[in-house]
Amino acid sequence: MALLTVNNLSAFYGPIKALKGISFSLEEGSVTTILGANGAGKTTTLRAICAMVKTEGSVTYEGSEITGKPTEQIVAGGVAHVPEGRGTFTRVTTEENLLLGSYTRRDKKAVAEDIEQVYTYFPRLKERRDQQAGTLSGGEQQMLAVGRALMLRPKLMLLDEPSFGLAPLIVEEVFSILRRINEQQKVSMLLVEQNATLALDLADHAYLLETGTVVISGTSKEIAADETVRRSYLGY
Amino acid sequence: MDLFLQQTLDGLATGAIYASLALAVVMIYQAIDHFNFAQGEMAMFSTFIAWQLIAWGMPFWLAFLLCLVLSFIGGMLIERIIFAPIHDAPVLSHIVVFIALTLIFNALAGFIWDFTIKEFPSPFPSQLPFETKLIGPHELGVVAITLVMLGMIYVFFKFTSVGLAMRAAAANPVSAALVGISVKKMLSLGWGLAATVGAVAGMLIAPKVYLEPNMMLGILLYGFAGAVVGGLTSPGGAVVGGFLMGVLENLAGTYVIGSELKLTFALVVIVTVLLFKPAGLFGRVVVQRV
Repeated sequence: MALLTVNNLSAFYGPIKALKGISFSLEEGSVTTILGANGAGKTTTLRAICAMVKTEGSVTYEGSEITGKPTEQIVAGGVAHVPEGRGTFTRVTTEENLLLGSYTRRDKKAVAEDIEQVYTYFPRLKERRDQQAGTLSGGEQQMLAVGRALMLRPKLMLLDEPSFGLAPLIVEEVFSILRRINEQQKVSMLLVEQNATLALDLADHAYLLETGTVVISGTSKEIAADETVRRSYLGY
Repeated sequence: MDLFLQQTLDGLATGAIYASLALAVVMIYQAIDHFNFAQGEMAMFSTFIAWQLIAWGMPFWLAFLLCLVLSFIGGMLIERIIFAPIHDAPVLSHIVVFIALTLIFNALAGFIWDFTIKEFPSPFPSQLPFETKLIGPHELGVVAITLVMLGMIYVFFKFTSVGLAMRAAAANPVSAALVGISVKKMLSLGWGLAATVGAVAGMLIAPKVYLEPNMMLGILLYGFAGAVVGGLTSPGGAVVGGFLMGVLENLAGTYVIGSELKLTFALVVIVTVLLFKPAGLFGRVVVQRV
């Protein structure tokens, strides 16, 4: 059964229609990636799913309609969004950022364990646990954003360019951890990524967006083999 | 020397009131980026409610607590009914609404309870159990209650998850929603808390200045000065600023300018700080790496 189904979804920034009725679905446990050039509507798709922009159309999550629900309710249902720009709470400490990630959970006892779990994924964060989060480096803040999302114990992670602005070594680290999270904790992921090679490597399904519409979809292998995608997004 | 000590301690007592108001103003400022001019009149109105409860025969502390509860609810309602709908409106709209609220509360208090001054009882005994000429029993009580309240607020914001969520929602509403915090609820809660803190200040100062619809005017000005001196982005700073203003007011009044220019003094402080150190003493110029 599909965990997330998006049907004829449009999104608006004021009078501008940034998404023009896209439809796709995401299987439980899978990693699906959305590829596309700048301005194609990738980030907007993620924002539309968790009600951060004005939308039309429908989004179904776990079999029930979430269109029109406020962001915080969608999040409480297990949808963790790692936003563009990382969304760090700059004025509180690293550990408080992680605590905030678990805000909607009722099993407060398990939260301490999960913080430790995040620290085993990202030991750097442990070193910085009492530091004001605004002073962390870009890479550390990206780790923190992923860690904060994990604190929700999400069923679905919406990842907006987790490689953005990171050194290649750190990108590799972040992606290998994402793979572990997907395999071990069965967290489904919807990944938006500039780096198509990386994204197709992690994902099992892919959609290609162009100016607000889905132009190609298929398994990652099919997409990677596609002539247009190869030339425009993989660059060989 | 005695005079100096007396004035300083007395200043700390009024400073406690300024500190509370400064804190209330800063709490709202952090949440919505606007300066609540109506904070003083809200506090005045709360105090009238307490006065009414006492006049109906309720014991002081019961009236005090009930007034806090009512103020909390009132603050939340003001946010929900008036400020939530204009949340994205420009700053001028906010200013107009703040001024309107000030006038409405002032006129409403005059309409219900009229403009004659009323005596508001002090809950503290008229004599201290020990001998001192330096500080009066009411002043000592004011400082004690304020410190307890400030301590509770500190613990709330620092060590509870709702407190942390409120700070997060104020600083970064988008990310707050993405971790499941209802920013709207946090805003209402912030207004409720600010109104409660203001109510405490109003009830503690009323025995000194007498209760009437205009009683908070000068006090709020000093509260503002405290907030500006401490830094509008720093609740702790605002509290320190408030106490500082209380002491400075007294010392300047005693030794330098006399009592006629006291209000001017607050304004001079506000202008000076904004000119030379706009972030205030403790305001954070946010350190951020990108």
